[in-house]
Amino acid sequence: MNVVGTLFTVALSCCAVAALAALVAPPRARLHLAGWCTAAAGAAGAAAGVAAVVVAGAGQLWSAWLPELLPLAGVRLALDPLGGVFVAITGVVTVCAAIYGIGYCAHGLDGRVFQAVLPLFVAAMLVVPAAASVSTFLLAWELMATSSLVLLLAEHRRRAAVGRAGLWYAVMTHLGLVTILAGLVTFAAGAGGESFEQLRAATLPPAAKTVAFLATFAGFASKAGIVPLHVWLPRAYPEAPSHVSALMSAAMVNMGAYGVVRVGLDLLHVGPAWWWLLVLAAGAASALFGILQAIVTSDLKRLLAYSSTENLGLVLVGVGAAGFFAASHLSVVAALALAAALLHVVNHAAFKTVLFLSAGSVLHATGTRDLDALGGLRTRMPYTTVVFAVGALCASALPPGNAFVSEWLLLQSLIHAVPGAGVVGVVTMPLAVGVIALSAGLAVATFVKAFGVGFLARPRSAQAERASESPLAMLGATALAASGCAALALTPTLVVPALGGAVGVVFPGREVVSGELALRLAGVSGVISPLLIALALMAAVVAVLGLVRVMAARRARRAARLWDCGAGPMSARMEYTATSFAEPLQRVFDNVLAPESDVAVTPVKESAYLVERVRFQARVPDRIEHRLYDPLIAAVTVLGLGARKLATGSVHRYLGYGFWALTGALIVLVVLW
Amino acid sequence: MSVVGATLQVVFVGVGAPLLVGVMRQARARLEGRAGAGIRQPWRDLRKLMRKQAITPHGTGWVFRAAPLLLAGTTLVVAAVVPLVTTDSPLDGVADLFAVTALLALGSVALALGALDTGTAFGGMGASREMTVLALVEPTILVSTFALSIKAGSTSLGAIVTATADNPLSVISPVSVLAAIALAIVTIAETGRIPLDNPSTHLELTMIHEAMVLEYAGPDLALVEWASAMRLSVLLGLLAGLFFPLGIAGADAGPLALAVASIALVLKVGVLGVVLAVGEVFMAKLRLFRVPELLAGSFLLALLAVAASFFLA
Repeated sequence: MNVVGTLFTVALSCCAVAALAALVAPPRARLHLAGWCTAAAGAAGAAAGVAAVVVAGAGQLWSAWLPELLPLAGVRLALDPLGGVFVAITGVVTVCAAIYGIGYCAHGLDGRVFQAVLPLFVAAMLVVPAAASVSTFLLAWELMATSSLVLLLAEHRRRAAVGRAGLWYAVMTHLGLVTILAGLVTFAAGAGGESFEQLRAATLPPAAKTVAFLATFAGFASKAGIVPLHVWLPRAYPEAPSHVSALMSAAMVNMGAYGVVRVGLDLLHVGPAWWWLLVLAAGAASALFGILQAIVTSDLKRLLAYSSTENLGLVLVGVGAAGFFAASHLSVVAALALAAALLHVVNHAAFKTVLFLSAGSVLHATGTRDLDALGGLRTRMPYTTVVFAVGALCASALPPGNAFVSEWLLLQSLIHAVPGAGVVGVVTMPLAVGVIALSAGLAVATFVKAFGVGFLARPRSAQAERASESPLAMLGATALAASGCAALALTPTLVVPALGGAVGVVFPGREVVSGELALRLAGVSGVISPLLIALALMAAVVAVLGLVRVMAARRARRAARLWDCGAGPMSARMEYTATSFAEPLQRVFDNVLAPESDVAVTPVKESAYLVERVRFQARVPDRIEHRLYDPLIAAVTVLGLGARKLATGSVHRYLGYGFWALTGALIVLVVLW
Repeated sequence: MSVVGATLQVVFVGVGAPLLVGVMRQARARLEGRAGAGIRQPWRDLRKLMRKQAITPHGTGWVFRAAPLLLAGTTLVVAAVVPLVTTDSPLDGVADLFAVTALLALGSVALALGALDTGTAFGGMGASREMTVLALVEPTILVSTFALSIKAGSTSLGAIVTATADNPLSVISPVSVLAAIALAIVTIAETGRIPLDNPSTHLELTMIHEAMVLEYAGPDLALVEWASAMRLSVLLGLLAGLFFPLGIAGADAGPLALAVASIALVLKVGVLGVVLAVGEVFMAKLRLFRVPELLAGSFLLALLAVAASFFLA
């Protein structure tokens, strides 16, 4: 067993120890024991992932075959650089979330079951990218789904919404499992074996390949929260405990992207171009739809959930572009697009951890997630404000943030593809650039809203006024994640060449980027230096500050009243809220969002002119859910209610059913055989 | 020499930007039959503001204080790296068209957050409108960049300008014309001029930029005003450089070439500024909710530019 295997085994053992500790330890020690063991598991997992990326570059892969662990098939594990990237992301996110959980769970979430399931969830997420056979993969996938469902339901006694969110999540995630199962089983049946090695070597008829790809893509897309299968996401994340949301959003949804890359690009060897145009279109649609919903929502965690839909959409744009370029034999830009997609997965995980953890701190301190009721947290929670600002900067793809680097890389790959991509490429690539740009612009507006309305200005409610800073464990974990963001933002030159190894699993023999200080693209011209941008910016700001110091009058700052139009002191009710901030954009995208508003006027008795009360209600529902899922649910409900008549409670009738069913089966058998 | 060129650019933009605003105001005044305040008036205003006491409105914090610094800082970095006088930037890894637009957006975001920090209705309104325009402008910028960079094979501004300078006739191709119109509309939107925003109004129904800076006073306001003048001149200079790169010094240019380039820059930006000012006299501001239509039109032009660049290649 080499170093990767050792570290990976240590990580899984730590998970087991954490789960055991949570079950047997006394309530007082439980939080710390389970939390620190899970954090250790995360650290070991991260090390294993990094080692897999680095060591496999030297040609040493780790794999394991445990035939006695599972009947019939056994458990088959292998960690290549592609899987290693995802294991490393899961590990780092786990470290932050587990440490955060120690502070966050102290009130009400320190139950035995919740604490024991969390490490199991982590273990499942570590095994999914390391699985090397269909049965192992499906088993880990199902464990991941079930354990996350249990974690999501942690607070179901406090809020009724948790139960509904759990139901949506359970249904969507298991329908996804069914399609993945169907797709992989079709694939394995055609290949005559179920290990990934056999699948990779198999030659299937094109129809079977297409079935396998489309079925697995549907399942993976639902896990990644891709439109129109995203409906569980904006329900589940707000209702889950915040560190679980962080784990789900930063680590679990990545598995959807991993699945598409592994099955589509690696096992099915790219396939026809139209598959990847489909992936690209689905990604582009979710990027736009996700960010549009994010900007109009005023629930902080729901906003972050929709932002996940947007970011995974961008990842799928990259993956789709990579597949399309590979199918068009443009290997240089294909490798570049895949590297951009993987880098965006890493970056998204980093800033989403920061954002969900600090949103959790806000929820912990104020008890509300409603941006319209927040505000003024800058003075009350100064450290949380700073880390949220870092996360928001990174999420809005502005320099010096980390998402800027991955979006830049993605745009470069799209631009450099055009001369060789044919007519289809020429039509799709500029549109893809437009979609990425529009979603980036809207993301800027979204996070200016989230940060500006949520944290700046004055508190809009009593809860926000009473807020106080979070405990040390929560702050420390969030700061750790924020420093990870900063590291990714300033020195992507350390990360991207490593990702080149993961890209090499799919497109072998290609160097993607080079350079120490600046990111220099290999094969096409393009160079950017995030570190230099940050340094230049800092130098310019210092220079301006110096200039002001020299030029300006040397008098102390004076405090003064705000301009209130002479109408007396400003009150918090006069501030712009999240809803009013998003109103112009909501109006611009009226046709897409279809907002609902309702005005109810109550007149004074016996008068048509005097009004007693006017009630105004505005809501922006999720239109896809409204148009697609509501009719479906209604139809199923009608069917279910109709079917009730079949079961009246009469034993005679049931015996009749049995008789006719048996007779029917016999007739069918006689006719067919 | 590249450092000298970049320093020259910063000096030119820093000193010349208020003068450009002065020229534009003077041109408008003359056309409207007024005498005007003279082209040095913006500098006199800045000097006056610098001497005043800095003010912290109640309830504002570090975001409000840092915003003008960041706005001016981003603009200075952009002024140093875009090819105005020389195509040879000392900060090679920054002078990418995506990076430059993102840096300008960062400045806008800083100002919008500063405005939200005041907690006044004006601040929120300005920030909300600014972000709306910014989000809608972004696709046009990137897609027209796309069109221009196909020709040069790179998104580096120096490379694009060099490619155009080597082949000046390529400017009259449909690609460049369409991209130029699209980028011109974007420039107007980014700098807050008529018909998208009126820089000289204080009427709450119409204003975007002014609403955001209402609480700033003294040196802070001077910084904001200076930075917005610099943004205007940088964007006009960039527009001139991308589509009319005559005179811009290439790599390893001598002092003479730099001097010629400087004169060319002043002339080009001055002419563009006067054209913009003259245009403003004859136009009315658009309603805020008509702005997206204009920006959608510019996006369409940018898309057509990309298509043209492929089919004409």
